[in-house]
Amino acid sequence: MASPALEVTGLACRRGGRPVFAGLSFALESGGLLALTGRNGSGKTTLLRALALLVPAEAGAIHWQGEDVRSDADRWRGQIAWLGHLDGLKGDFTVRENIDVANRLRGVAGDTDAALAAFDLAPLASRPVRTLSAGQRRRTALARVAAAQAPFWLLDEPLNALDAPSQKMLLAALEAHLASGGLAVAATHATIKVRGATTLELAA
Amino acid sequence: MSGFGTLVARDLALVLRRPGDVTVVLAFFIVATTLFPLGIGPEANLLARIAAGILWCAALFAAMLSLERLFAADYEDGALDLLLLSPWPLELAALGKCAAHWIVTGLPLAVLAPVLGVAFGLEGRSLLALAATLLVGTPTLSLVGGLAASLTLGARKSGALLALLALPLCVPTLIFGTGAIETIATGQGFGVHIAILAALALLALATLPWAIAAALRQAGE
Repeated sequence: MASPALEVTGLACRRGGRPVFAGLSFALESGGLLALTGRNGSGKTTLLRALALLVPAEAGAIHWQGEDVRSDADRWRGQIAWLGHLDGLKGDFTVRENIDVANRLRGVAGDTDAALAAFDLAPLASRPVRTLSAGQRRRTALARVAAAQAPFWLLDEPLNALDAPSQKMLLAALEAHLASGGLAVAATHATIKVRGATTLELAA
Repeated sequence: MSGFGTLVARDLALVLRRPGDVTVVLAFFIVATTLFPLGIGPEANLLARIAAGILWCAALFAAMLSLERLFAADYEDGALDLLLLSPWPLELAALGKCAAHWIVTGLPLAVLAPVLGVAFGLEGRSLLALAATLLVGTPTLSLVGGLAASLTLGARKSGALLALLALPLCVPTLIFGTGAIETIATGQGFGVHIAILAALALLALATLPWAIAAALRQAGE
């Protein structure tokens, strides 16, 4: 039997000397979305950061296509498109420049135009990000994720600051990503209604 | 293009969008150095003798002033996470940030210092030595300061802490930088001083990017 695309076994993390979660196991197939829910402070962000290897795990393993991700961390980072709770945008750059720079930093050509269109950012493309509203910035950050053409999306509260039409754009982009065989893990308070979504509730 | 080139280009482009940040540092350098003749008095011999020390110290402080934002901006807007997640070695990214800092601070300081040196009564070969030592010495300041900036990420009063960490480590560079100009006054060449400054810069280049990358990973946790 082929191993699942992403398999997490017995993951444990500690923050500031306090255990956040332990013995966490789940698997995710291509085209699957895992929605992380749980109270504030239950460790959703920590789990996302542990999956990206930004935070060292105390115990457990993460396997990508059957291989331990720590054996080739640079390759693993190349698979990830990241949306943190901060947008990671430069206020002095325009929307398009922000996405282009992020793509160059990842060493991929990226599809900036398609991502701009998917989040209705084409009219804002040449505006400096510092002049945008919080929701528009969030959309720019999401477009950056979509443009990276990475198979694995890690999203921390992707619906934050988004109005109803923007939330629809995000769901459409997520569905397109999953339909093309991508995976996503999203920490969220709202429900994300897309096909193939499973939920993991973290206990506080 | 590698992560290094991309990051240097990105940081230079950001500086061009906001040239005030660099202008302030250079203006500080000019104002700080011109205060000394006013405070000490117009005695030409004395000024010429202490000029190298004053210009080097002022360049050191000016560099410290600009280092606080080196990684802090990326830390605060979340871009640091994207750097940590880029598939390039983080050491190259750290080096790229320091290189960009040197281009917009160290290089202009080295160009500006001889002009101010004239006002202190320095002449000919002394001015040349001043520019040359700053040119070879300031990369060390950018790298040492980069380490201090990465270690103080997220700390309160990080600017003062940064200077406290970096300034003692810059002492060897300062000694050989000013020493070069003193040897000219005694009629000797300053080749040895340049060689030692270059050695210090190479030592920093060979070790500090790794230390900065480790500090950045720690800050990202």
